[in-house]
This record gives sequence, C-alpha cells and structure tokens, in this order.
Amino acid sequence: MLRQFGTNEFLFILTAARWTVLLSLIAFAGGTVGGLIVALSRVSAIKALSLTAGGFIQVFQGTPLLMQLFLVFFGANTLGLDINPWIAAAVALTLNASAFLGEIWRGCIQAVPKGQWEAANALGLHYPSMMRYIILPQAFKIALPPTVGFLVQLIKATSLAAIIGFTELTRAGQIINNATFKPFLVFGTVAAIYFALCWPLSHLSTRLERRFAAAHAR
Amino acid sequence: MTYTFRFGPVLEAYRDLLAGAWLTIQLSAGAMLLGLVVAIIGAWIKTSGPKPLRIIINAYIEIIRNTPFLVQIFFIFFGLPALGLRLSPNAAALLAMVVNVGAYATEIIRAGIESIHKGQVEAGLALGLKPLQVFRYIVLKPALRTVYPALTSQFILLMLTSSVVSAISADDLTSMANNIQSLTFTSFEVYLVVTLMYLVMSMAFSGLFSAIYRMTFSYPDRR
Repeated sequence: MLRQFGTNEFLFILTAARWTVLLSLIAFAGGTVGGLIVALSRVSAIKALSLTAGGFIQVFQGTPLLMQLFLVFFGANTLGLDINPWIAAAVALTLNASAFLGEIWRGCIQAVPKGQWEAANALGLHYPSMMRYIILPQAFKIALPPTVGFLVQLIKATSLAAIIGFTELTRAGQIINNATFKPFLVFGTVAAIYFALCWPLSHLSTRLERRFAAAHAR
Repeated sequence: MTYTFRFGPVLEAYRDLLAGAWLTIQLSAGAMLLGLVVAIIGAWIKTSGPKPLRIIINAYIEIIRNTPFLVQIFFIFFGLPALGLRLSPNAAALLAMVVNVGAYATEIIRAGIESIHKGQVEAGLALGLKPLQVFRYIVLKPALRTVYPALTSQFILLMLTSSVVSAISADDLTSMANNIQSLTFTSFEVYLVVTLMYLVMSMAFSGLFSAIYRMTFSYPDRR
C-alpha cells in the first residue's frame, strides 16, 4: 500500500531543508576564504601564482560539478580515507565555490579604477596595505551583487549532493516520492522550498545591482 | 595507502564513453538551439509583448532560475507521466534542458535587446517597418552580438550541467561512466577520464562559439 502525502511527509521534507541551508553556508564560508586566495593569486604579479590560480579556475569552471563531487567522494577512498557523503559534498562545493567566487572577485578587484592603485603606490603603501585599505574595500562594493547572485547558484548546486546519497532537500523529496508516488506534489513542494530560499536572494542581488548602477551612472 | 590505479578497464570501454559523449553533445546542441528559439520568443514577449503573456514569461523565468536543475528533471521525468505523458529518459533530459536554458537565455537576450538604442527602433518604425520586422532586422542581431559572451558561457554551463541527467539514467556520458564503474569497480579512474572528456568538450564548444562569432558578428562596430 502506498503512503499518503500528509503532514509528516511534508515535515520530513521541510526539516531536510536545514541540511541544504547548512551545506550552502559551509560551502559559502569555505568558498569565501578559497575565493579570496584564488582572486588575490590571480591578480598577483608573481607569474607562477597567477597561472596556478588561472588553471584552478579553468578546471573547475570547465568540468561538471557532479564530476567534481564524484572525484572527491571516490578519490578520498583511493587515498584510504573513509569519507561520508556529507564531507565529500562540503569539500567539493567549497572547491567549486572557491573557483567561481575567485573568478568573480578577480574581475571586481580589477574593476577598481587604476588611479586608486597608482595613488596608493604614490603614497608609499606596501602591497598588503594597499590591498587591505584601498583596493579590497572598493572591490567589495562592486562584488556584492554578483556574490549574492552566486549564493543562489550555490544553494541550487547543493541538490547534487543527493546523487551521492546525502539526505538534503532533494534526496528527501526522492525518498518521499518513492513511498507515496505523488511526483507532482512532492517535487512541487521541494521546488517551492528551494524557491523560498533562493528568490529573496535573487531579488536582493538585482536590487543591489540597480542601486550600484544608479550610484555609478554618469 | 596502497591503491593501485587501474585504467585498463576504463580504456577498454572507450566505445561506450565515446557514445555517451556523443549523446551529451547531441543533447547539449539540441537544447542550445531550441533554448535559443524559446529565449528569442521569450525576450520579445518580455520587451514588447502583451501584458498577460509577460506575466507568464516572468513567472517561468523566476521559477526556473530559483530551483535546481535536478528537481526540474525529476518533476518532468516523474511528474509528466502522472499527466499521461510518458517520456523516455533522453527525451525528458532534452525537455528539461530546453526549459532550463530557455529561462536563463531569455534574461540574457532581454538585456541585449534593452541595450539597443531607442533611436534605432524609432528609425525603423519611421521607415514603415512593422514592429516584428523592426525586431527581426534591426534589434535582434546587434542584441545577440552584445550578449554573445554571456549567452555562450551559459550554453557551456548547460553542457556541463547536463551530466545531472544521469540521475534519470539517460544515455549521456555520466551515465556511461556510472555503468562502467558499477561493472569494473574503477570509480575514481572512470570519473577522472570522464572529467577530462568534459573539459575537452567545454573547450571545443568554446572554440566553436568563437568561430561562429567571427563568421557572424565580425563586422566593425559603428557607434
């Protein structure tokens, strides 16, 4: 006999959403650190550093996230590490977010007008203090809208963790669908929860972008 | 750590891998073309269509862009049969990809259309062209040219995202990899090879797109 889609089933899906949120937050936190390193390496004058960061970005943007997930998951086993899907997903998403945020932020750092760099040099600031006090604060403002936009992408990307068996929102939907066989209702609910998470952020990103464009209109 | 890599079984299955890669290319190319058609129509409606249609298009874009591709596939593959429309995994994959990329590309092309100077449209109307003719002959091509980089990187992203259709067992490259690894237990090796194949494919698409750009849009910029 098939189970009905009732309150319990709905609550099962809803509570699984916390793993989606948590995974997104972890990947975003890791990606912030990694992305900053990648972006700074990419704009660095040291050729080897900039090329390495460029290769990292190319590989992670040129291959499917699902493959990155599989490689971390199965790769850890070949190294003899016992890894669960939860850690594999967090690691793969962090690496992926580092590459994408690194590339976004590289553009933002380079968008800071040249005069600012020259002025900082003329004042005799060292590279770290120039970055810390002059460039990064200005780049931060430029970076805010696309970074919020990327967060939406990241939340959606966590759904792939379902494929390696981590029970987050999408996997919870699959489980309930297998028990109730109400695909419209179940995946409609799952989609609605994702929408509720992502839509405000998408909206915020667009609003920030408009405000930024208005502030910089000539 | 005494893991010995075995690439032999992976290389022996090269026929399956190539067949999978070919299907991934076919699915991606088909979804790009159909998605482009959807997007041009969608962008036209968004910029100059009637209001009720505009609301529908907006809802479509917002829903697709704020939900994961995997959920969209499940919805189409498991949901549509409940309505009596049974699709093969490959057909469901293509449909999901078109629906998905159509929403993103609509937004991109809309931005291109809005970047066209109003004077151009007014000049076209003053010459006696009908609105659709103005759109076709004056607005569309420069709009596509402006957004070409954004559009093509979205298309490459689509090709990479298509690996997700393996979740409904389409016959794409990732599904082939799943089959091979379950038969030979060489999971890491298979996925490493397949990842490299995706990398080569994304570079090939990127090269193809810049060739198309040179052939189609390489006229001088007059502004």
